[in-house]
Amino acid sequence: MKILVALKRVADPDNANKVKIPASGDKVETAGLEWKLNPFDDYALEAALRLTENGKNPKARVGEVVVVTLGPKECETQLRSALATGADRAIRVEATDEALDGRLVAHALRAIVAEEKPDLVVMGKQAVDGDNNQVGQALAELLDWPMATFAATIEEEAAGSVLVGREVDGGVCTLRLKPPAVITVDLRIVAPASVYSKHTDKAHKYADGVRFAALPAIMAAKKKPLAVKTLAEVTGGATPTASYAKFELPPARKAGIKVKDVAELVQRLATEAKVL
Amino acid sequence: MADILVVAELAEGKVKKATLSAITFAKQCQPALGGGFSVLLIGAGAKAAAAEVAGYGAAQILVCDDASLANYVAEQYAPTVAEAARGFGLVVATATSFGKDLLPRVAARLDAAFAGDCSGVSGASGKLVFKRPMYAGNAFGYATLSTAIQCATARQSEFAPAEPSGGSSPVKELAKVAPGAAASRVEFVSLEQVKSERPELTEAGVVVAGGRALKGRFSEVMEPFAEAFGAALGASRAACDAGYAPGDYQVGQTGKIVAPSLYIAIGISGAIQHVAGMKGSKTIVAINKDAEAPIFQIADYGLVADLFQAVPELTAAVKAHKAAG
Ligand SMILES: Cc1cc2nc3c(=O)[nH]c(=O)nc-3n(C[C@H](O)[C@H](O)[C@H](O)COP(=O)(O)OP(=O)(O)OC[C@H]3O[C@@H](n4cnc5c(N)ncnc54)[C@H](O)[C@@H]3O)c2cc1C
Ligand SMILES: Nc1ncnc2c1ncn2[C@@H]1O[C@H](COP(=O)(O)O)[C@@H](O)[C@H]1O
Repeated sequence: MKILVALKRVADPDNANKVKIPASGDKVETAGLEWKLNPFDDYALEAALRLTENGKNPKARVGEVVVVTLGPKECETQLRSALATGADRAIRVEATDEALDGRLVAHALRAIVAEEKPDLVVMGKQAVDGDNNQVGQALAELLDWPMATFAATIEEEAAGSVLVGREVDGGVCTLRLKPPAVITVDLRIVAPASVYSKHTDKAHKYADGVRFAALPAIMAAKKKPLAVKTLAEVTGGATPTASYAKFELPPARKAGIKVKDVAELVQRLATEAKVL
Repeated sequence: MADILVVAELAEGKVKKATLSAITFAKQCQPALGGGFSVLLIGAGAKAAAAEVAGYGAAQILVCDDASLANYVAEQYAPTVAEAARGFGLVVATATSFGKDLLPRVAARLDAAFAGDCSGVSGASGKLVFKRPMYAGNAFGYATLSTAIQCATARQSEFAPAEPSGGSSPVKELAKVAPGAAASRVEFVSLEQVKSERPELTEAGVVVAGGRALKGRFSEVMEPFAEAFGAALGASRAACDAGYAPGDYQVGQTGKIVAPSLYIAIGISGAIQHVAGMKGSKTIVAINKDAEAPIFQIADYGLVADLFQAVPELTAAVKAHKAAG
């Protein structure tokens, strides 16, 4: 199986409450925040690695994992780290976040897919900076491919199809897709028994979460191929159709009070907050 | 002047309440666009459900009722929705898992720009400005879209369900549009729903949520507590991941976004991603044994205590308070 994984770097999501907005309101400043791989994309990479291996022998790829990002040169740090964790090749499309919107990213990925011809595109369900939750669905439509969004489980079946458990409001919806297809992943895709390639024994349990690269792999990753393309090459010169006129910080919630016991809490909820 | 198409969500032949939030959203977009709105009901049983939304002031109720649409699959729905959208300036839905799955796909089909999970809308003279929470709700962006037809989803907790305004919108039936190659390669297998006696998280006036601290005693401690408040039950990601609570209970950036009048966080630390899903609540209460837990920075009332003692005590006290009237 050949899998394309779309990766985006984002400002450290665990410190998202430290973003600043200048008085002009024309941008969100993330200076001082470390760049991290979008957590859902990190999970997508882990899912792709699980789908291209026998879980008992995770060092040998059965198939190929190609990672792609649209971003500036510094994003190669995230690409190299993906290569160190097990991806075979990387592609970077030179772009800045300001020059992109979800529609454009989807168009660019379509062009990459046309060239790479993967069996699956696996990606995060949303990038946690813009919180758009758009690209996977748009890409599937542009390709006229089936999709499974919000995947919590993926099982490759003997016949070549994939069974995907999707987390939806009220429960789990299971779809069977015949590749080529697009899958966007949710949090629980990295649980120990969530992803099985047809080479992995169903009794196998993965470690919870994503894998980390060993030092020799980090060194070896420096030699893995990383191709660079221009944005125009993959979008044919299309321009963004969504733009932001301004940004603002949400109103701060004022910290409340500490109550001494349950009795005081009930009394305040009844008389002050009037919610009882 | 442009008209708006609201894509309704059906479940077991009934219009889901979430749809009424999309209608409110559409009504708020109307002044800037200067046109009316219509509602599209798509799915098996859509015809019978039309009456449920006929009294909200829609110019038309468009209905596509087809047995092959019994189970929602985006590849089956998107071509019909996109076809129905022709002639409209804006297509909207509520940002439920249905709306989030379908609308970006429809937008791509229409080559329309998309604004997801909007918490507000403003604008004038034909131009809309969509207010969107970003960075887990730590910034708001005001987005403008430049395509002739546009798509957007609305955050349910920010748009109160529309009230009926009387009248009876005319119904027009549409034929299903034959889906493309994508549809032939996806098969709906099952929908396993978690049945709960409790109110729906996104619609409840009171939400009580439990975190990792509850361990295997989640139900034992939280069920009677929720019962006492008549509340919906929620959970942190850690509690869901560990299997203490169903995944569907998750509140947060990537779970459900709630804004009840009262939210009570039990044994939840208050990570950024959790707070993103509940900080719009009117009153927030937190019980945590760690006085430094970040949840206390946003709680109106904080109680530093062991939950296994405090929660049963609070359950009893609330019951007593309610009994005393
Ligand atoms: C991409 C991404 C998306 C995420 N999305 C979400 C999301 O949507 N929703 C979400 O909730 N999280 C989300 N998270 C996870 C989030 O970062 C936190 O890990 C999670 O919210 C922690 O859950 P918790 O507060 O229950 O657990 P913990 O952080 O472990 O906190 C447990 C708390 O319980 C308290 N405690 C322990 N014992 C007791 C006791 N006996 N009595 C009282 N208090 C006690 C402790 O003091 C502590 O504060 C996401 C993370 C990532 C990376
Ligand atoms: N600049 C980008 N480069 C590569 N992949 C991206 C980029 N932006 C978004 N994606 C992919 O699209 C997914 C959904 O993003 P979004 O629709 O922006 O929330 C992400 O999880 C990534 O997999």
